[in-house]
Amino acid sequence: MKKYLALILALVMSLSLVACGGGEDAADDGAGDAATETGRVYYLNFKPEFDAALQQLAADYTAETGVEVKVVTAASGTYSDTLTAEMAKDEAPTIYNIGNMSGLKDWDEYAIDLKDTALAGELNTDAFNLYNDAGELKAMGHCFESFGIIVNVDLLKEAGYELSDITNFETLKACADDIHARAGELGFDAFTAAGLDGSSSWRFSGHLVNLPLFYEFRDDGVTEQPATVTGAYLDNFRNIWDLYITDTSADAKTLSTSTGDESKAMLTEKKAVFYQNGSWEYASLAEAGLNVAMIPIYCGVEGEEKAGLCSGTENCWAVNSKVSEADQKASLDFLYWLVTDAEAAQVVVDNLGAIPFKSAPASSNAFLANGNDLAAAGNYTLTWAFNHTPNVDSFRATLVTALTAYSADPTDANWDAVVSAYVDGWAIEYATVNG
Amino acid sequence: MAKKSAAKVNLVQRPIKKWAPLFILPTFAAFCIGFVWPFLQGIYLSFCSFNTPKDATWKGIENYTKVFSDAGFLNAFKNTAAFAVVSIVLINVVAFTIAYALTQKIRGANLFRTVFFMPNLIGGVVLGYIWSLIFDGILKQYGTYLTANGTYGFWGLVILVAWQQIGYMMIIYIAGLQAVPEDMLEAAHIDGASRSQTLFKVIIPNVMPSITTCTFLTLTNSFKMFDQNLALTGGLPSVIQDGAKVNVTELLALNIYSTYNINKNWHGVAQAKAVIFFLLVAVLAIAQQAATRSKEVQQ
Repeated sequence: MKKYLALILALVMSLSLVACGGGEDAADDGAGDAATETGRVYYLNFKPEFDAALQQLAADYTAETGVEVKVVTAASGTYSDTLTAEMAKDEAPTIYNIGNMSGLKDWDEYAIDLKDTALAGELNTDAFNLYNDAGELKAMGHCFESFGIIVNVDLLKEAGYELSDITNFETLKACADDIHARAGELGFDAFTAAGLDGSSSWRFSGHLVNLPLFYEFRDDGVTEQPATVTGAYLDNFRNIWDLYITDTSADAKTLSTSTGDESKAMLTEKKAVFYQNGSWEYASLAEAGLNVAMIPIYCGVEGEEKAGLCSGTENCWAVNSKVSEADQKASLDFLYWLVTDAEAAQVVVDNLGAIPFKSAPASSNAFLANGNDLAAAGNYTLTWAFNHTPNVDSFRATLVTALTAYSADPTDANWDAVVSAYVDGWAIEYATVNG
Repeated sequence: MAKKSAAKVNLVQRPIKKWAPLFILPTFAAFCIGFVWPFLQGIYLSFCSFNTPKDATWKGIENYTKVFSDAGFLNAFKNTAAFAVVSIVLINVVAFTIAYALTQKIRGANLFRTVFFMPNLIGGVVLGYIWSLIFDGILKQYGTYLTANGTYGFWGLVILVAWQQIGYMMIIYIAGLQAVPEDMLEAAHIDGASRSQTLFKVIIPNVMPSITTCTFLTLTNSFKMFDQNLALTGGLPSVIQDGAKVNVTELLALNIYSTYNINKNWHGVAQAKAVIFFLLVAVLAIAQQAATRSKEVQQ
């Protein structure tokens, strides 16, 4: 009996090895043949919410041209791990995402110069592209997003205010304080919870921090990642943060476990008027039947009546320089088709919001329209200064730690820790990354 | 008759011996592909600067010098050592006590065994999130929260891991306790040994093999602790200490992981940390095995 068992086990083992080997061989052959003729496209997708549509587009493209397009989407928050692992393979991604300048430093050698491609010729702005030190266009911003304060316009009216009443920090604070004071009678409060759980803290440690960063970079004329930051606008940051944690029904002592879903639910269940987040939220909020608009985040900076939304991108296409020229060409052709084919471009716009390509249709995203209106009225756009953040996860973690402690006990001493996390934290991370 | 059976054995054994290498080959190949090769490549990469393993360039011992000047690593090392000591003692003492109690003739002992074992079936990440909610719920009553300081996070992790692993170790101890020869216990009883004398002079020496196994498992588990650490606190709070970043509740494995994710300059350093980590666990495990083995008795 034992003998038979051992024999069967040995058989199964050797068969499984043979099966693995055989399977791989077959796959290699297929891809190899295709590569010599037309090139292959392997798109490593950064946005999970774009996956379904992109898979469909890939299938359509294959049906139309016969070129195989493989789309793989990394799970949320694991893009850099997945990218590193995939890049080490023989069948490496041909199209992938570079998020910001520090991402470009890591992947510079793995990206071709896109400057003279037909795809680049379709761009209507250079604002979202990433260039390396040699001035080569290595990653192409292919959609942009905006964030600000999302307002439930109906609730605001119910409280007796109009969107036009809010033009700077003083008016925002007056409005929010008033709503908060009357919360019991109105049945809703001013702000949703400023949750500092991992699912929500990036809205503040990443996005809200953009305000002090943007303003000090503007004053100092900073255009590249600086070794140090001054924190000149941290008092403004404190203004808006105090407002977030005061004019709300959420308990400031329990923010460390308050999640993004909780915060969003306060808006969709009409328990709060204001919710800081971005244009990517529009589709789900519109679906929930809310009448929403986005206004700039005000924090008491001189001249902020002319502020617009914070707009930028972490979505930049790069084409792998270490795959064959046929693969590169096939990839560029696919991207060109994505932004020029009428139907395909419409799908891209529906999923990614506004895209900066000449022949692309306009987006139906109302938040992006709010941003365009502000820009058309001559307001300045706040670029995504936080894209310069060195060792971004660690920088944000320290800031969240300090913000959580400050929120639970808002003393000056605890605020000093926030200042230190911002100013000293930046210098330490810069040294770490460049050391 | 004897001659005949010897010939038969030879007839069977000789071909087996001859063909043994062939039968070993699949497993050996799998072992090489899945363990030996990655391990050697890992050691090589720890001396390199690399983004993906394909574009590695030789750097010498630079990565190793960086490891020892990293405040975060030294902090994680201290945490892990403290965590290992506390959890080894706590888990083994409690698991043994429960096993001892459940091998006495108690009503519903099987039910208790099942219940105590069950936490072990839940994955580490899920446990981490559930316990972070529990701890935060409790700490909220006192106006504070889990990641407010390193102490809460540390003891939180100890409680979580104890809760998870005690049931598993308990099963091993129960098996050990049931194997203690009945006649020895009877002899001890007749000789008038007290309950505690029986426990310390008869039972414990006899379950030494289980103790060896359990301390080995708890030791290596504590050092390799990753998902519970990640899900419970994620290393937070993250503070600036003496001009360096330190994630206060970070253990070694999580520190290696976060080092790798800084940027490509740190991939090699993370790999060097992993090699040091391996050596450490190997040396400790061998030392521990040698120490407890020597106390085992032959039955």
